[in-house]
Amino acid sequence: MSKRIGVEVSIAAAEAVGLCDVDVIAAYPITPQTHIVEHLSEMVAEGHLDAEFIPVESEHSAMSCCIGSSAAGARTFTSTSSQGYALMSEICFIASSMRLPIVMAVANRALSAPISIWNDHADLMYSRDSGWIQTIGENGQEVVDLLIHAFKVAEDHRVMLPVTVNLDGFTLSHVIEPIMLPDKAEVAAYLPRYKAPLRLDPKNPVSFGPVGMPDVYTEARKAQDEALKAAKPVIIEAWKEFGDKFGRYYKPVETYKAEDAETIIITMGSISETAATAIDHLREQGKKVGLVRIRLWRPFPGTELVEAIKGAKNIAVLDRVCSFNGGEISGPVCLEVKSLLFDRGMNPKVMNFIAGLGGRDVTVQNFEEMVEKASNGAAPTPYEIINVRE
Amino acid sequence: MAKETGIISWKKLNLGIAITEPGNASQLKTGDWRSMKPITDREKCTKCGQCYIYCPDMVYSKDAEGYFVQNYYYCKGCGICAKECPVDAITMVQEVD
Amino acid sequence: MGIASEALKNFKGFNLKNMPEVEPLSPGHRACQGCGEVLALRLAMKALGENVVMCSATGCMEIITSPFPQTAWKVPWIHVAFENAAAVASGVESAYKAMNRKGIINQPDVVFVGYGGDGATMDIGIQALSGALERGHNFVYMCFDNEAYMNTGIQRSSGTPFGAGTTTSPPGKKSIGQSTWKKNLPAIAVAHNIPYVATATPAYPVDLMNKVKKAAMVPGPAYLHIYSPCPTGWRCGIDESVQVARLAVQSKVFPLYEVIDGQYVLSRKVAKPKPITEYFKPQRRFRHLTEADVAKIQERIDAEYEDILKKCGGDGKGKEEKE
Ligand SMILES: Cc1ncc(C[n+]2csc(CCOP(=O)(O)OP(=O)(O)O)c2C)c(N)n1
Ligand code: SF4
Ligand code: SF4
Ligand code: SF4
Ligand SMILES: [Mg+2]
Repeated sequence: MSKRIGVEVSIAAAEAVGLCDVDVIAAYPITPQTHIVEHLSEMVAEGHLDAEFIPVESEHSAMSCCIGSSAAGARTFTSTSSQGYALMSEICFIASSMRLPIVMAVANRALSAPISIWNDHADLMYSRDSGWIQTIGENGQEVVDLLIHAFKVAEDHRVMLPVTVNLDGFTLSHVIEPIMLPDKAEVAAYLPRYKAPLRLDPKNPVSFGPVGMPDVYTEARKAQDEALKAAKPVIIEAWKEFGDKFGRYYKPVETYKAEDAETIIITMGSISETAATAIDHLREQGKKVGLVRIRLWRPFPGTELVEAIKGAKNIAVLDRVCSFNGGEISGPVCLEVKSLLFDRGMNPKVMNFIAGLGGRDVTVQNFEEMVEKASNGAAPTPYEIINVRE
Repeated sequence: MAKETGIISWKKLNLGIAITEPGNASQLKTGDWRSMKPITDREKCTKCGQCYIYCPDMVYSKDAEGYFVQNYYYCKGCGICAKECPVDAITMVQEVD
Repeated sequence: MGIASEALKNFKGFNLKNMPEVEPLSPGHRACQGCGEVLALRLAMKALGENVVMCSATGCMEIITSPFPQTAWKVPWIHVAFENAAAVASGVESAYKAMNRKGIINQPDVVFVGYGGDGATMDIGIQALSGALERGHNFVYMCFDNEAYMNTGIQRSSGTPFGAGTTTSPPGKKSIGQSTWKKNLPAIAVAHNIPYVATATPAYPVDLMNKVKKAAMVPGPAYLHIYSPCPTGWRCGIDESVQVARLAVQSKVFPLYEVIDGQYVLSRKVAKPKPITEYFKPQRRFRHLTEADVAKIQERIDAEYEDILKKCGGDGKGKEEKE
């Protein structure tokens, strides 16, 4: 039976990974991810989880260990944030190209400099082209569920790609929430033992990671591109099965009061709860506004997003990162939304706000202002950094 | 042969372009890199095996009589075997073709 | 008795008469003619046999064995990046450990090996190596030291010897060539208090193979530093790899020893050392050195050798040189 407990989200995330019966965890401490791996190592130390915990000397080695472990056929997990994510980036790209179903929790944090341990989406955005499946949770329950779902999707032989589950550092990772933890047998029924299609095994020798000359590199890239495309239906199918088993249903894009909205704000992550409160306030004033939250970031849920925003005249997109592009184009999430709309021949007004950098609060009032500006078509393009002192 | 050149459809690639045919580099002829060819004089050879053990290209194998014979399909003609043979039984001769 | 001595109690070595026939590395590989590094790799693989998982760093021994769609590997092999072979091997070893314990597999005897060149090991990968040695994974790490970054065109590394010319330590009016002394990585490995460290070279194949075998038998981490001549980078004759490697030992430039449970043991006593000029002569990377330079290097080599002898208990109880 599932049980509901009041628990810090990081601890719940670790418990979820434990429920998935991982074999190997290789991790390195970095705030705000640390509680996740601390708790996992405690579970291993207490004998609650039968796994090898490799206390590596860097995140670069964490991901390298994960690749070795996953290629050997073990269910493999790690977790990181920000600088640690950046340090392992070289190896993250290799993990997806080698098609290894590693699962990683990323407690999202700003990138240095100045060094900041607080939340934004710089690490999520810098890693978006790394070939991983990327989901982002809004609350603790969702993080737990997305982690279990992540292994299911990653290890599906139709997919075979690594997955990150993103959770906002501190604002989500460190809060205490009531969370339903499924029991081990339920999870085992949903997530059978991983069977690697190919593994490092002297009984069946395989060479992983050969040299790719120009006569094969494009084909290798094409195969990987197709794999990420093909992952979307499997992700949705696995959410359906999850819902049927555990009673909580998920989809790539979440909408809130968006059906008849003339103005929609698009967000990602836990900040969406604040945005929803702002939407409530504005609706009380009779304004036709709504919220759309992206849960599946890679593969990008274009069709679902178009479906969610197609009725709106004004769209505000919140970016949680400064992407230093010279100022004549928008931030990363907004650029993708615009590209999607352009390709589909849709032409609503799209405005881009950059907020919540390095732990800066984004209040209900901030959201109300952003949505109001968007409703009036008054936001400057291509973007505006809000909440900044002159 | 498509298989040898790597020119295949993306649909046919293994996951992560893994190679599942162990040691298939042995299809590759490296003998044509050679300009000098090692020839063994069996009169002199003591069957000590130094040529076999020092060859970087796994060219030698032992025959029924205990002599070490070259597989010229692979021999790159480096001359290490000739240099290391303790009784100078191997001579490097110019390839002619 | 220490861990390594205990494990090696009944060690039976190879000899020239009963070399294992197995060649886990196949011919058809793309190494240059007369490559001493691939010869060292070949011999190591003969000693390791087929119940292994190989984790390769980027470098010559990766490139020449794996251009798609061919592999020279008959044993499981993985290449991930330049600097992380030891970390990848840590992951493989841990995966096997967990899966064996959990009853998912039953393969308790597989040997896990990480390997890389001097650049991969001594420079960019030293952190990953140190981490893996310190954590105590049951694996073997082999450094194939050809004293430069050969795969990218002969750039200097911290393994390049003083005075050698490379493409990033070129001799010139204001440069002697490499201006720093070779890093002593075996000593750094020893400082991790691991059970087994050894130096080897393909000029002494039986010695090399025995050391590889021992490294595989010892529980916990083992480090092998394998001196591997590169005719392309050292600019010697393509038939001279073995000879140059032998001269390196005979001139005390590359002493052969083991460190078993922290105890240094000389493998090969150099009774009548040759002057380093004999070792330098076939290699054009040293050709620009003046007599004064050579004298300075000789002095350093003598001192380093004395140091090894001292660590081995003074008189160098090693066997006479002959193989
Ligand atoms: C992170 C990174 N930096 C640099 C390179 C380029 N690179 C590939 S192999 C190599 C040199 C290899 O030298 P070494 O480890 O000594 O091996 P060798 O080729 O000499 O056997 C370099 C610099 C790389 N592949 N990855
Ligand atoms: S090294 Fe010379 S003597 Fe020894 S087996 Fe080879 S050819 Fe014969
Ligand atoms: S010439 Fe070189 S490659 Fe040919 S057999 Fe002799 S050692 Fe081997
Ligand atoms: S460059 Fe040197 S080490 Fe690399 S394959 Fe050629 S000879 Fe061997
Ligand atoms: Mg090198």
